[in-house]
Amino acid sequence: MHIATSSAFKENAHRAIADAGLQKALARSGPSFIARRTAAVAGLPEFEQLRDTARDIKNHTLANLDFYLETWATNVERAGGKVHWCSTADEARDAVLSICRTANARTVTKGKSMISEELGINDHLERHGITPIETDLGEYIIQLRHELPSHIIAPAFHLNKEDWEYSFRKSHTDLPPDRVFRERRDILTEARTRLREKFLAADVGITGANFLIAETGSSVIVTNEGNGDLTQTLPRVHIALASIEKIVPTIEDCMSLLRVLARSATGQDFSVYTTFSTGARRPDDLDGPDEYHVVLVDNGRSAMLGTEFQEMLRCIRCAACMNHCPVYGTVGGHAYGWVYPGPMGAVLTPSLIGVQQAGHLPNASTFCGKCESVCPVKIPLPKLMRHWREREFERHLTPHAVRTNLALWGYFARRPALYRLATRAAAWTLGLLGRKQGRFHKLPFASGWTGGRDLPAPEGDTFFARYAREQRAGRLR
Amino acid sequence: MSKEAMLTAIRRGLRRGPLPQDQATMLRGRLAAHPRHLIPARSRLPHPEQVTLFVANVEKEFGSVARVPGLDAVPEAVATYLAAQNLPTDIVMAPHPDLQAIPWATRPLLHLREGRAEATDMVSLQHAFAGIAETGTLMLPSAPQRPTTLNLLADTEIVLLRASRLVGAYEEAWDLLRAELGGMPRNVMLVTGPSRSADIEQTLELGAHGPRRLHVVLVEDAAPQ
Repeated sequence: MHIATSSAFKENAHRAIADAGLQKALARSGPSFIARRTAAVAGLPEFEQLRDTARDIKNHTLANLDFYLETWATNVERAGGKVHWCSTADEARDAVLSICRTANARTVTKGKSMISEELGINDHLERHGITPIETDLGEYIIQLRHELPSHIIAPAFHLNKEDWEYSFRKSHTDLPPDRVFRERRDILTEARTRLREKFLAADVGITGANFLIAETGSSVIVTNEGNGDLTQTLPRVHIALASIEKIVPTIEDCMSLLRVLARSATGQDFSVYTTFSTGARRPDDLDGPDEYHVVLVDNGRSAMLGTEFQEMLRCIRCAACMNHCPVYGTVGGHAYGWVYPGPMGAVLTPSLIGVQQAGHLPNASTFCGKCESVCPVKIPLPKLMRHWREREFERHLTPHAVRTNLALWGYFARRPALYRLATRAAAWTLGLLGRKQGRFHKLPFASGWTGGRDLPAPEGDTFFARYAREQRAGRLR
Repeated sequence: MSKEAMLTAIRRGLRRGPLPQDQATMLRGRLAAHPRHLIPARSRLPHPEQVTLFVANVEKEFGSVARVPGLDAVPEAVATYLAAQNLPTDIVMAPHPDLQAIPWATRPLLHLREGRAEATDMVSLQHAFAGIAETGTLMLPSAPQRPTTLNLLADTEIVLLRASRLVGAYEEAWDLLRAELGGMPRNVMLVTGPSRSADIEQTLELGAHGPRRLHVVLVEDAAPQ
């Protein structure tokens, strides 16, 4: 499992803001994601209704999760596949390793999978002498650079073209020095050629799963490159990794979720390859794997059921929340310090690795609400972040200074008359002091604000006072 | 048993034991009926307009379409396409009766091999089970007559689709599959356009790991009943 640095979010964020390359990447890619989603949503008048449908399908499934998982597992085995039930990350890693060992695997190709990142499958295989090869273009370069993905659907979101060229030259040591990487196409062609050999040589292919379908016992992957399909078609053994909340009842349920997935994620109407895998190669088939395994993982998710965080299990990993998040857009994904960044990570990470470690993440939000407004399954992300802040406070994990100030504010907030008197006095004093300049360059106890910008001086009145006056004058209804 | 432990943990979270029999029966009924949800209006059109929508969507996703009047016209269409793209005339073809029935001898320069694709194949010819107008998507279920590698390994994939097999929404294509194939084949690919990646600077490039080109030969046979 990757060592989380979520507890150092503040330091990570400072470093990210000072990183010119990262800032360049964020400025380029952030707005294009938003524009593409907006256009795709505008092209489907039923989109808002489909969000309700998607939410309801997921809620229905979660309420009957045990039933649907059992039905699904029966159907997988009926189709000649095998299900490996794994409560913990350890069990899942060992299940994968044991399948690979039984297959005498030397190399393993991999489709992009966030659950694989969460479990740390690559490190585990490598420690046991098996070479994992990431084949999604973004994951491939991340593996070359020994990094974590910085985005759940665009792993190399933080990189610029120069970084690609640098990493390719460093890792592909047999490249002639005059080899040109002027265009993005040159980079793509190099990766395609290298990885084609790997696809053909691999003994096992590991993919994730966007959905599991109870009705048919299928696993579903959604990709644009085709790497996931090569991974699950060419090797002798296919392993699909899936967490328990990926299940949906029927194909129809799955199609309804797919209608909102690609539009929310990349702004495509539909991804290039949406593939349903059901069991192993059939008797007269000319291709396909001889063995089909699904490693089904809980790893902390069942503990979210029945809590205020159950709604997070609706997530279909589209990344719309991070694409629209002003905090993610400023610090990028790595600052969050673990596998899942952005608003969905701010809710999920404390559930999976503990609020002691990840308490900063639900605090790293302006609560602008954009994430909730674009979520295709309508997860109330700000509300869930607020729940984590409350839990953090209850467990006395919040820093002392914050607690003291909150208590002080709470004292006034519970006494409205006193609150109004105090704010009025403060506004009046600041207004008087700042009358000449109209703003403050520096203020005691407010360096967090004035360090980056001036504080405008109040014009001598509070909002409450003005509101009351306007109401008396009959200018407000 | 890890399975029992996991199901118990889930039930503990849901604050209940195994589902009561009547509820399980209800859910089994839902699975058997697999009800449809809201289907977007965009594909609820008369069949000729569905064909137009399909073609527009394939082209929007960087694929191409050639409309031909019948199976007899397919060799000419394939040869013309390959020549226009400056591609070789060696083709690996799905061993499907529809494709085998085509009078290939009219174009002796096309060299056809039946079977699965190998890494060295440049051009493949696949058979579509159905087309979906909603997003310009091809439904390609695996079968001995329709190997999956044909969708993946060649640089250029040509797909034969009969217009009578073109439907509006995904759900209609799945209904055809359920009715005609009985159960789920090992693999069902829904393909929309050629392979691509936007992983480098979030800018689209075609031809990542799958085919760089996707060309649909649409045979205008009778409309579906």
